[in-house]
Amino acid sequence: MKKLINSPVDVVEEMIEGYVMAHPDYISQLPTNKRSLVTKKANKDRKVGILIGGGSGHEPAFMGYVGAGMADGVAVGNIFASPSPDPILEVTKAIDKGAGVVYLYGNYAGDVMNFGMAAEMADLEEDIEVGMALVTDDVASALKAEKEKRRGIAGEFFVYKAAGAAADFGYGLNDVVRMAEKANENTRSMGVGLTPCSLPQTGEPSFEIGEDEMEIGLGHHGEPGIEKGKLESADRVAERLVRDILADIEINNGDDVAVLVNGLGSIPRMELYIVYRRVEQLLNELGITIYRSYVGDYITSLEMGGCSVTLMKLDDELKKAVHHPVDCPMFVQK
Amino acid sequence: MELTAREFKAYFKKVIDMIEAEKDYLCELDRKLGDGDHGVTMSIGWQAVKAKLDNDLVDEEDCGKISIAVGKTFLNAVGSSVGPLYATGFMRGAKIIKNKVVLNGEDLAYFWVAFGNGVKERGKAKVGDKTMVDTLDPFVNVIKNKYDGTQDFLQLFHEAVTAAKEGMHATKDLASRKGRSSRLGERSIGVQDPGATSAYYILATFLEFIEDYSRKVS
Repeated sequence: MKKLINSPVDVVEEMIEGYVMAHPDYISQLPTNKRSLVTKKANKDRKVGILIGGGSGHEPAFMGYVGAGMADGVAVGNIFASPSPDPILEVTKAIDKGAGVVYLYGNYAGDVMNFGMAAEMADLEEDIEVGMALVTDDVASALKAEKEKRRGIAGEFFVYKAAGAAADFGYGLNDVVRMAEKANENTRSMGVGLTPCSLPQTGEPSFEIGEDEMEIGLGHHGEPGIEKGKLESADRVAERLVRDILADIEINNGDDVAVLVNGLGSIPRMELYIVYRRVEQLLNELGITIYRSYVGDYITSLEMGGCSVTLMKLDDELKKAVHHPVDCPMFVQK
Repeated sequence: MELTAREFKAYFKKVIDMIEAEKDYLCELDRKLGDGDHGVTMSIGWQAVKAKLDNDLVDEEDCGKISIAVGKTFLNAVGSSVGPLYATGFMRGAKIIKNKVVLNGEDLAYFWVAFGNGVKERGKAKVGDKTMVDTLDPFVNVIKNKYDGTQDFLQLFHEAVTAAKEGMHATKDLASRKGRSSRLGERSIGVQDPGATSAYYILATFLEFIEDYSRKVS
């Protein structure tokens, strides 16, 4: 596949350089580690620092969500690979204000180990308290009975939003973690893959799929989904995704939700809005109120084709968090 | 069998060359099970180790310090899941050979046992989960159960690597229960695990290295 890059080995470093150069009012790179970025828009009332991170290739996630109302800092990994403990620890030190730091990341083996090691180091070497919340929103990645095995996909955006708002409300460490866990608990996603992405280093497609096929439940790194079938219409796909989500979480007539229709990298906005249209129709038919909707590329997989649907069931506290303004380089909400 | 820091470092350089040669094959295995980058990840990590060996470690004679530096350098370069796994392995191994400038058969035997146990402990995978533990566990067991300080280390290591190879081959018929490929379930059967494969190569490279070395010195 074609890529507009200089050299595959430099993609992550050059992306970070360009990002820092493009947003000098928002972002600074720590002198101690070039994979550690922190916000210049930190809310002065925040007690607890929010740290996010993960592999590269998911932009705007994760570095695009560092800013006012969201994360204070990010540790950037190689493509589709967790960052190592060092950049995580450096960000932790930079954003701790004495009341601790909360790590938010998707439930992947690598992230769990690296963030876990960094948390141990923060505690032992720096005496900084670390709270953690893992995101497990992908209903296709494991059965409900094994929910702790589920991976985090687009729902990570809602968890960052909830935790970021909670930190802005002046919550302490335990309450920020509680809020992030509540957001995760109330969030479900499911995706469909149409075309693969390719890693800059290998150039090979991440999975194989026929011209007329789609893969339901596809993961954010091209992990195979739950079934491969003939490509169907946007309405049928939206119905399938919403049906599987609602089979997994109880959302009833009269409930409020936030909706995210997320593009995986190369799907046009046109198609995302066509999907959104059907999602809203279905929820309306069920008497579920859409409190706020988000449509666009929020967490991608390089140039992968396809999308995911995410619903977060809202209580009053989560509504307040969803409503809370955000000002980040890759996401602004007034 | 005795290795000085010079040979210990030469072994790591042999691993670096081996990974470059096997990079594409490891990616190919991983494309069928994960995101297709295992060879790339290993290469990024070992190339960083190469830079470390060629610079900071050139005059280092403490094998324990070399092992710590290899683990930490690999970890910082890759993160991912293999980063913490190999880093923990080499750091646990380093404890065994702390302050040693020469490694004898006994040191090496316990170094590799600590390495394998460290990986296992960090990743929390069990035999049969289709991971590098399927290679490392039988390997560690041969050394642990048979070594009493009197055997010929080379012979014993040969036996242990043979067990590792069988463990690696066995991953082909297993359904994955750990890591990203575990989401595949039954669909992962039929492909040899890339992590088990690279772990075998790292052990087999050590066997090759000590075989060549003992031929040279005898």
